[in-house]
Amino acid sequence: MEIRLNGESRFIDQVTKMSVAGLLEMEQVASPEMVAVQLNGEIVDRGTYHNTMIVDRNEVDFLYFMAGG
Amino acid sequence: MVQMVQLTDKQQERYSRHILLQEVGAEGQEKLLNAKVLVVGTGGLGSPNSLYLTAAGVGTVGIVDADVVDVSNLQRQIAHSTNDLDRAKVESAAEKMRALNPDVEVRPYRLYLDASNIDEIIREYDFVIDGSDNFATKFLVNDACVLAGIPFSHGGILRFNGQTMTVLPGQTACYRCSFREPPPNPVGCSRAGILGAVAGMLGTIQAAEALKFITGAGTLLTDALLTFDAATMNFRRVPLKRRSDCPVCGENPTISSLEEHHG
Repeated sequence: MEIRLNGESRFIDQVTKMSVAGLLEMEQVASPEMVAVQLNGEIVDRGTYHNTMIVDRNEVDFLYFMAGG
Repeated sequence: MVQMVQLTDKQQERYSRHILLQEVGAEGQEKLLNAKVLVVGTGGLGSPNSLYLTAAGVGTVGIVDADVVDVSNLQRQIAHSTNDLDRAKVESAAEKMRALNPDVEVRPYRLYLDASNIDEIIREYDFVIDGSDNFATKFLVNDACVLAGIPFSHGGILRFNGQTMTVLPGQTACYRCSFREPPPNPVGCSRAGILGAVAGMLGTIQAAEALKFITGAGTLLTDALLTFDAATMNFRRVPLKRRSDCPVCGENPTISSLEEHHG
């Protein structure tokens, strides 16, 4: 399947769907608690990462928490 | 036509580059001189914000910070100099601001914002800029501004990255619509590091938003998160939506009192 991840095209081989948790792991996001995930413009509730599926042509954005000032 | 603009000759000269802008003009400059902006934090983001707002002739600029100037601040916090070490940050910054532009009333607040004092302070201002360095304050500023209906700019920086969004409470997505709750065990600049100039890049974007809000020039950075990575110089604007189930600006908010949620 092909998705848009953070505005860029990303081809993921041999699968037709993947959970949000799976994508975070595949992308090696070291601290998922420091990321808010947006799927097709909607924020995904943190408790549903394993059940929420990303499919072909979906748009995913990782919004990072930034505390610094 | 009503003539509301009464700039002095000196002000015509000082602000001539603003007045030249069709979107600002003498009327926009008059609005700036009558406006009040509060800058939360007098560090990496607060420094460029307070200096640019002062230079622009924003009539009243409040600055809030409880800290003193530390030598490790000077790599990026450009309102402070080497001879300001151990001085209160708000006093150090206020001195630079007053020297820069005597038109501006600078109001220093040497304190930590909390649920008991923030509402009274922000209600004095037309626009608030968050340049704080921790999530507790960022969420407090969001909630207090949403509850009081005061527009503000969120800003955050880390390493080579920056993010900012402008919030018009009740109209556009707030910080909590996307970020919900402060993360556990957050990493800040004191542990992760920050490229000094990144603070200037992000802080000046926030200052530009405040000037746009006051003058009505352009379109604001609302319902979007602007993020950039200075390592690659990629900038991106991620569209955001207001959430009907947002705990503070949604249809059935669970946060209705700062004392309860931030006490």
